[in-house]
Amino acid sequence: MKALSIQGLAKTYGNGVQALKGIDLDVEEGDFFALLGPNGAGKTTAIGIITSLVTKTSGSVRVFGHDIDSDLERAKSCIGLVPQEINFNQFEKVFTIVVNQAGFYGIPRKQARERAEKYLHQLQLWDKRDSIARALSGGMKRRLMIARALVHEPKLLILDEPTAGVDIEIRRSMWTFLSDINRGGTTIILTTHYLEEAENLCRDVAIIDRGRIIEHDTMANVIRKLHQETFVLNFRDPLRSVPDLPGYAARLVDDHTIEVDVSKEHSLNEIFARLSAAGIDVVSMRNKVNRLEELFMRLVETGGASAGGAA
Amino acid sequence: MTAAAGTAVVAGDAGARVRWVGFLTIVRREFNRILRIWGQTIVPPAITATLYFIIFGSLIGRRIGQMDGFDYMQYIAPGLIMMSVITNSFGNVVSSFFGAKFGKHIEELLVSPLPNWLIVLGYVAGGVLRGLLVGALVTGVALFFTRLPVHHPVLILGSVVLTSIVFSLGGFFNAIFAKNFEQISWFPTFVLTPLTYLGGVFYSISLLPDWAERLSYANPILYMVNAFRYGFLGTSDVDVTSAFLVTAGAAVAMFAVVVTLMNRGTGIRE
Repeated sequence: MKALSIQGLAKTYGNGVQALKGIDLDVEEGDFFALLGPNGAGKTTAIGIITSLVTKTSGSVRVFGHDIDSDLERAKSCIGLVPQEINFNQFEKVFTIVVNQAGFYGIPRKQARERAEKYLHQLQLWDKRDSIARALSGGMKRRLMIARALVHEPKLLILDEPTAGVDIEIRRSMWTFLSDINRGGTTIILTTHYLEEAENLCRDVAIIDRGRIIEHDTMANVIRKLHQETFVLNFRDPLRSVPDLPGYAARLVDDHTIEVDVSKEHSLNEIFARLSAAGIDVVSMRNKVNRLEELFMRLVETGGASAGGAA
Repeated sequence: MTAAAGTAVVAGDAGARVRWVGFLTIVRREFNRILRIWGQTIVPPAITATLYFIIFGSLIGRRIGQMDGFDYMQYIAPGLIMMSVITNSFGNVVSSFFGAKFGKHIEELLVSPLPNWLIVLGYVAGGVLRGLLVGALVTGVALFFTRLPVHHPVLILGSVVLTSIVFSLGGFFNAIFAKNFEQISWFPTFVLTPLTYLGGVFYSISLLPDWAERLSYANPILYMVNAFRYGFLGTSDVDVTSAFLVTAGAAVAMFAVVVTLMNRGTGIRE
């Protein structure tokens, strides 16, 4: 079953800005789906329409088969939303915020309190349950919004930049948490500017730019479309010039480091063999930029026109 | 962080039980807000009412003598109670709903499966609760200064609840259109306060010149104050049945308007 099915979705704001120009998008049940795009691409507008915070101009949206035009209440009951901006009452207590949200979904008080306790524990906020929300740190506020979104145990969890401004330790624990939630059966749609996050977590991806979907495939297929990657190699001993690597574009970054462009037709083994033959010891190697980021930039620059040839 | 149970459950059909729990949650949240900021919601109206009773009732009222056969203090007491109900019902909803818009936590409700009419009812119930709470407090203050006979308790209750509903809806209407905190004071300043003061709280409209008396009949607050006063004193400037019809009609019309605006997304959805 499709967790989300969008067809011909368009949105033109009152000021004439066309945020969405008729997008089609399907997300399968159980998927961990990345919705990527630069700022202003239309991601938040699309999420706003799915969650009924924004009115659409045209098109259709179905959430687990429930059309938001004809069966809005059922559609909404399937969704949990973690928005980009903090949107809880900062003067209320943490526990109250989560319990009240459960109440808005019709969960009786006793059960709501139990669920609030469970999710506040899981998101390491139980000690802060009696704190006024505005006193929380930025990372805690993000986690509070996740606990609030989960308290009615939605089938579809939508996270709009959930790790923005969160330190790396908390971010990584949130990745683990979200992966576990997904393994438990919850479909997740994630927007993020941390493309490493999307590559690590998500199975499928759509890239949206200027109101249009310019890529929609599995993460593995999308990554395969990257025809060329740039690797950074670090050497044990200093070099005076770029090593001889015929057929490769290599640049000296500093006396211990080079950058090498490697296309799909080439092999890393060949590079290592040549360096080894020249008596150069490689101590580490990494992608210059995240692979998805590299592809993303190329797609966005070309408007998706040369997605397959993102070289 | 550890894994969630992972058994995602649809919250269920948004049936009567879901709606009832949701409604109670909104009302509980609103009531807790009233209590949490009691220094802004409960105390000021009691102080204002006390000053009114001292100045208009006790000091000036003694020189005025009787009105419609009652001591001036007795005559204005129902009007002052109703005035506090009106301003507090309005004020509660306009500040709470606009605050929710401003702080974006209205989105907690907008993404939930609760229908718009129920969200409106929840906020209105909060406004009525504060109106009745403050009304009861002001009644207590009034009883320090004068004796209040009860001519018709059902009329008292009916008129105060209906009036509170109308002005809670008025507060909601104002909050929908308000874009900043300044705009939530426009309606109370330029419409509500003049209509209240000219709505027979302090005088019988029979004292006015003909044109002013006729003009007063266009003021809906006149009907509400007089229906309420009739419940206590058994005297009214207007027909009580008409007063109830006007108030009930205003409540139904405003509810329809506010829900329509919510359904259109006016002021809350882009």
